Amino acid sequence: MAEERKEIDALTGTPTTGHEWDGLRELNTPLPRWWLWLFYITIVWSIGYWIVYPAWPLLTNSTQGVFGWHTRSAVVADLDELKRQRGPMMDKLATASLAEIAADPQLLDFARAQGRVAFADNCAPCHGAGGGGAKGYPNLNDDDWLWGGKLAEIEQTVRHGARAGDDKGRQGNMPAFGRDNVLKANEISAVADYVRSLSGLSTEPGVDLALGKKVFADNCAVCHGPQGKGNRELGSPNLTDRIWFYGPDKATIMQGIQNGRGGVMPAWGGRLSESTIKALTVYVHTLGGGEK
Amino acid sequence: MTAQVRTMSLAQPAPGAPALAHLVAEAEVGGAPPDDDIPLYAPRRKIYPQSVHGTFRRIKWAVLIVTLGIYYLLPFVRWDRGPNAPSQAVLIDFPNRRFYFFFIEIWPQEIYYLTGLLILAAILLFLMNAVAGRVWCGYLCPQTVWTDLFFAIERFVEGDRREHMQRDVRKWTVGTYARKGVKHFLWLMVAWWTGGAWVLYFADAPTLVKELATGEAPFVAYAWIGILTVTTYSLAGHMREQVCLYMCPWPRIQAALTDEYALNVTYRYDRGEPRCSAKKAEQLRAHGEPAGDCVDCLQCVHVCPTGVDIRGGADLGCIQCGLCIDACDVIMTKLGRPTGLIAYDTDLNIKQRLEGKQAFYKLVRMRTVLYAAIIVVVGGIMLYTLATRDSEGISVIHDRNPMYVRLSDGALRNGYTIRIVNKQLKYRDFIVSVDGLPSTLVDFVGVPPRADGRQLVSVGPDQTKEVRVVVTDYSATPPAPSTSILFKLIDINSGEVAEMRDHFFGP
Repeated sequence: MAEERKEIDALTGTPTTGHEWDGLRELNTPLPRWWLWLFYITIVWSIGYWIVYPAWPLLTNSTQGVFGWHTRSAVVADLDELKRQRGPMMDKLATASLAEIAADPQLLDFARAQGRVAFADNCAPCHGAGGGGAKGYPNLNDDDWLWGGKLAEIEQTVRHGARAGDDKGRQGNMPAFGRDNVLKANEISAVADYVRSLSGLSTEPGVDLALGKKVFADNCAVCHGPQGKGNRELGSPNLTDRIWFYGPDKATIMQGIQNGRGGVMPAWGGRLSESTIKALTVYVHTLGGGEK
Repeated sequence: MTAQVRTMSLAQPAPGAPALAHLVAEAEVGGAPPDDDIPLYAPRRKIYPQSVHGTFRRIKWAVLIVTLGIYYLLPFVRWDRGPNAPSQAVLIDFPNRRFYFFFIEIWPQEIYYLTGLLILAAILLFLMNAVAGRVWCGYLCPQTVWTDLFFAIERFVEGDRREHMQRDVRKWTVGTYARKGVKHFLWLMVAWWTGGAWVLYFADAPTLVKELATGEAPFVAYAWIGILTVTTYSLAGHMREQVCLYMCPWPRIQAALTDEYALNVTYRYDRGEPRCSAKKAEQLRAHGEPAGDCVDCLQCVHVCPTGVDIRGGADLGCIQCGLCIDACDVIMTKLGRPTGLIAYDTDLNIKQRLEGKQAFYKLVRMRTVLYAAIIVVVGGIMLYTLATRDSEGISVIHDRNPMYVRLSDGALRNGYTIRIVNKQLKYRDFIVSVDGLPSTLVDFVGVPPRADGRQLVSVGPDQTKEVRVVVTDYSATPPAPSTSILFKLIDINSGEVAEMRDHFFGP
């Protein structure tokens, strides 16, 4: 008879499961009624979800839901909202000239913020995250500009690039004097030492600087100027300052004379929006080296 | 039943022993159940606390009115801060990241004031405990205050203890259901107001009340009102003493922190035992035999909001509210015996009196002095920093890439992003200078120079402004790989200065 009746725990008055382990009996405590009902209600509720939201996968599509709500349309709505919030400033940025942007502190802040993001997305792979540059990629923070550091000049370089096949792009190459048999090896060595001497760097003992000077005047001065001050029209660097595009050591200089140089900056016009190009221009200009 | 068991245990000479030891004592004295069959499970007994009148009850009413009054009304107190800041005296402004407390305005980076407040609160709690046990629990704890209010509503609708208990065990009539319905409705109203007052601390109170009434308030406001309505209703209406007994960590911590000198609600068994009826006590006394003052009327148990029998000695469930003192005093007065059979006292004193010695209370102890000292020190530090805090600030971030820039003439330049903080409620003009390098030029990007050539940074009221600064060192000697430099922010009108150290890097 004991097997048939529910075993009741004497202390709590609760039925047990009937199992016993070394005198321990497990109380049979069903889930509370309110909990169960909530659980059933949530199941019913979920059916409502299937109806109003996209839910069941079909062969090529899924059920669409009567609310017409979609994650994709929700993202589009969010982006539209963002566009709306930025609208007034974006309009201002689109219509203002570079000089106007530079003169309006609020617009300048906005443009710099836009520019920082655009720079990180498009320019940082070559120029570095802070525009610090690398060998062959100019540092945009300093005051030495290959093609000019005024707002309009920076804009032209960004828009049309350098040696990128754009008609309005920056043109001008460092010829391969050695490879094309224009200069002999001893001449290259001598002119490299001469170039180093222009900015006060040490030269190799016993080098013929007179030869170097002559070679420079005959071959290099056309682009780099008689004093080696460079020419922004041609993008030829100033050889007398303390900034080196590829490096100041003799081997690097000789390498450049032997094989020439001609790094490419892509033309961003048409790839980036007008506002973005303006923002980038202003951002680069305010990195520290912008010219008035 | 519990009361009777505990009464038996009082035959033991150690009523001051803690509750657990006391349970063991029960088993030993009762004799019947062996040691290993102590019940580990006890179903909840519903508590019907009886109303009571007296000193401590009056104190509790006063505390209840003052604390709840502050809680419900404080958001409506106004404080004029001018046009650039909200005019609510106490406001936690999350969207704008400000905390306003009357004349104090705290910015998020000053959250350490909250740390200070928490330290003060904890030590104050410890000090209260060292002086008079769990007085926090009995009078000030929100759980106690709201439960007390809910008890009052319950007694108002369902009657006092006896009436309520009788109605509960009888067959429920329509009237019973109606009373229960009214009670739960009133409870929910209080709970709803509690949640409603909560959200008013986070937005302009009058505006939010209007928005709530017209259904225009943000969803989060309704959500929080809902959450706090549920918590208040369930904690104060349904869970009540179980919060103190099972949920709250303080009783456990308190038991570890307390000492024998702290005042506790104490049954003076030296005077109360042996307990017997009033008539029998008179007879015994007439025969010159000992008779205690306790007449075992159980009033102290019936008024207790946590269902404790204080005559069993110190108890984990006792929140030290003193209502049993009031209840006992009423009875003692009626019997013509001196009051104070239950009182704020120590077990130490009972032993003193049993030994015929003088009772005493030692307020100045190592721990009270230490707690008070910590409170004074922490409070003093907070007051000092609050009184001398800057109304402006500067933070500097050095460019990470490039670390430094070589200019064409060989000079070195470092770029920084500085953020200027203006904590005053008006526009201010600042100038920033850099000390530590022999020959420097400081340029603020995008800040046009004024007529006098100075570059002034203007920062709006209660705002911050980020500016890019480039610092160029023109000294002939090349600087060290790292030079410590000092940014000085100067308010050009008041001359107030804020400083920040950073580094100037070179090759």
